[in-house]
Amino acid sequence: MTQQKILSLNRLSKQFGTVVANDAVDLDLHKGEVLALLGENGAGKTTLMNMLFGHYLPDSGSIDVAGEDGVMQPLALGHPQAALRAGIGMVHQHFTLAENLSALDNILLGSEKLKSLRRDRARLRARVEGIMARSGLTAPLDELVGKLSVGERQRVEILKALFRDARILVLDEPTAVLTPQEADTLFENIGMMTKDGLSVIFISHKLREVLAFSSRIAVLRHGVKVGEMATSDADQKAIARMMVGADTPEASREIIAPGAPVLKMKGVSLKGQSDRDTLTDVSLTVHANEIVGIAGVSGNGQSALAAALSGMRHPDSGTITVEGVDVTRAEPLAMIRAHVGRIPEDRHHDGMVGAMSVAENMVIERLWDDEFQSRGFLKNEAIASHAERLSKAYDVRGPGIEAKAQLLSGGNIQKLILARVFEQNPRLILANQPVRGLDMGAAEEVRRRLLEARDGGAGVMLISEDLDEILGLADRILVIHSGEVHEIMTRDRSQIGLMMAGEPA
Amino acid sequence: MIDILHILISESFWIASLRIATPLIFGVLGALLCEKSGVLNLGIEGIFVAGAMAGWIAVWLGAGLWGGVLVAAGAGAFFGLIHAILTVPLGLSQHVSGLGVTMFATSVSYFIYRTALPDTTSPPRIEPFQALDIPILSDLPFIGPVLFQQTAMTMLALIMVGVVWYVLDRTALGVAIKAVGDNPDSVDAQGLSVYGLRIGTIMAGSALMALGGAFLTMSAFSSFFFGMVNGRGWICIALVIFASWRPGKALLGALLFGAFDAFQVRLQTEVGAFVPGQVFLMAPYILSIFALVIAARRADYPRALLTPWFKGQR
Repeated sequence: MTQQKILSLNRLSKQFGTVVANDAVDLDLHKGEVLALLGENGAGKTTLMNMLFGHYLPDSGSIDVAGEDGVMQPLALGHPQAALRAGIGMVHQHFTLAENLSALDNILLGSEKLKSLRRDRARLRARVEGIMARSGLTAPLDELVGKLSVGERQRVEILKALFRDARILVLDEPTAVLTPQEADTLFENIGMMTKDGLSVIFISHKLREVLAFSSRIAVLRHGVKVGEMATSDADQKAIARMMVGADTPEASREIIAPGAPVLKMKGVSLKGQSDRDTLTDVSLTVHANEIVGIAGVSGNGQSALAAALSGMRHPDSGTITVEGVDVTRAEPLAMIRAHVGRIPEDRHHDGMVGAMSVAENMVIERLWDDEFQSRGFLKNEAIASHAERLSKAYDVRGPGIEAKAQLLSGGNIQKLILARVFEQNPRLILANQPVRGLDMGAAEEVRRRLLEARDGGAGVMLISEDLDEILGLADRILVIHSGEVHEIMTRDRSQIGLMMAGEPA
Repeated sequence: MIDILHILISESFWIASLRIATPLIFGVLGALLCEKSGVLNLGIEGIFVAGAMAGWIAVWLGAGLWGGVLVAAGAGAFFGLIHAILTVPLGLSQHVSGLGVTMFATSVSYFIYRTALPDTTSPPRIEPFQALDIPILSDLPFIGPVLFQQTAMTMLALIMVGVVWYVLDRTALGVAIKAVGDNPDSVDAQGLSVYGLRIGTIMAGSALMALGGAFLTMSAFSSFFFGMVNGRGWICIALVIFASWRPGKALLGALLFGAFDAFQVRLQTEVGAFVPGQVFLMAPYILSIFALVIAARRADYPRALLTPWFKGQR
């Protein structure tokens, strides 16, 4: 491989308010290389890439990109248009697609002249099809993006970049939403594209895929580049140490015998608006002292399962019982009273009321409790002291208990929710993607609390798209696909991956 | 019963329906364009007044009828620009800004009118657009009079339905407008200007709204007076939802409302002796609320409607 330099970031810095997101970061990229940008959440990976693509204007530093002739030239900062012209394409973690347009129109958006009265879709379409054939990426071009699967949307995003002649492709957590097989295919395609001279930077915090698919690794911590190495020289432990600054304490999971059944679902069916939120004849049991992992790719019925167990939606048929009490048609409040603790998937939206204070959010599920109200009037002192105590116990850090909850960071919001849930000694804990988007420290805290609750006699249902998380925590594993749930005996990654993709293993 | 049938098959009823619908067609197309780009424009009611005023006074000052149309469109675009600056780069509440523009545009129009004509009690009349009366076509049975005994502005309104449809559905610009109304990030990531697209679309939409107002003074009443817009702008906002943001359905909605209105006037003369007149005046509004309730349930809102977008915040 020729080691021709194609991109260099020079001492880029960016500050948001008092938070330093990037501090004098240097980074080089060579032609045909796959560079993995590794780091915890909040390490500044995405900020760095957003500066490269012109979404953010750096406070200081510069960027040089090789032109078509290979000569390095400075890039105008803060202009996506300039980045696009320089051959930089970015696939964001949150896709930037218009759902009301077809895949083809999304790809063409911005590359046609706005003043032209006619469109030359046939010719442009042929070009897109050529790119699909060369890269191995395929997507249904005429379908509205709103109807595409997540994997397809991602391919449309990459095609968008390739259509604009990207020579440098930036992928922000590309595998977060894919099945293991889809992810492998994606990296295969990336391999094909790099042979054509494309250079790739991908952001990830999954060590496994970084080690398997990158050619070089750069590690960021707290906005500073703390290490860089060829992937062939890297070992997992060393990188993990670099990311967090210390050895990661692994959650140790003792095997303990499960107790009596806590949750029983029998033949539960729930028809949603699409296949993505449908359950079909789901029967399962969660025992006390047991963590049951629900593995699956997002959009296979997890949201319907979580909604049914939190009382947000009611099954069309079948029964749900918690500790022998029928809660099939229970409302959310009745679920709370049946000792079901809920850690929702979208913690910002469903887990708290952002405009209310931290203290209020901590008692929001217990407002009827005599501890916090008397004849309908809130006991503010009791609420405040309760919040002070929980903030300490669960290490919720932020501007204080009277501050609006939306001012907390993602990790602290999750700790707030943990505090609220675990304080009520729930019998069943519904944890939906509990560590997604959290940094290693906060994620470890969540895992520890879940294990602690299990040891204390609660039953835990852990819904996750991250197989490693399930393998690390769950006593028993179920796979959810297209609204159907199947128990599996194996703990073999690739076999579970196949089942997550709907293949009989 | 016979009377109602009699009304429905009369030419004059359909001529009136299309005439009443014309300002609504302009208005609903304008509102639809703005909302397709993600911005609600409640300035519409005031922009109607401004268009009515500007077109009329331009003709009165000797600009000629089509000159008046251009001046009206320009006035609409100007107030659209105010709304656009407040809601797009500044990201203020689209409701508050829109209502503000309505009050501002209305007052400025009345102010200019009073300054120009301090003493008149009866405003001067202009020579309005006349019925087209195209030979042969106008003589076609039924269709002829209904379509071709209208003025040029009604023709323009019908043509604009096609133009707006073509732009939104068949051009790269339309794709970009729809994208910015669904997910501004998609437009930004492809290097197009979110602000530029939205501001331009709002100005174009507001110009269309102003033509709706201009029709009132330059085609329907040939003069300007206070309160003449009389809620037509608000009706357009409702009709956009009824139309599910589609130009063809917008035309249908405007025609339906026009027909309700024309029908109630005629029904009033038929059975006015038994039923109070106010009931008939309410009828079109009540019927449009019902139509809205049915249509809005299936409405497919532009996803980014009402959500301000700021550069560099993702």
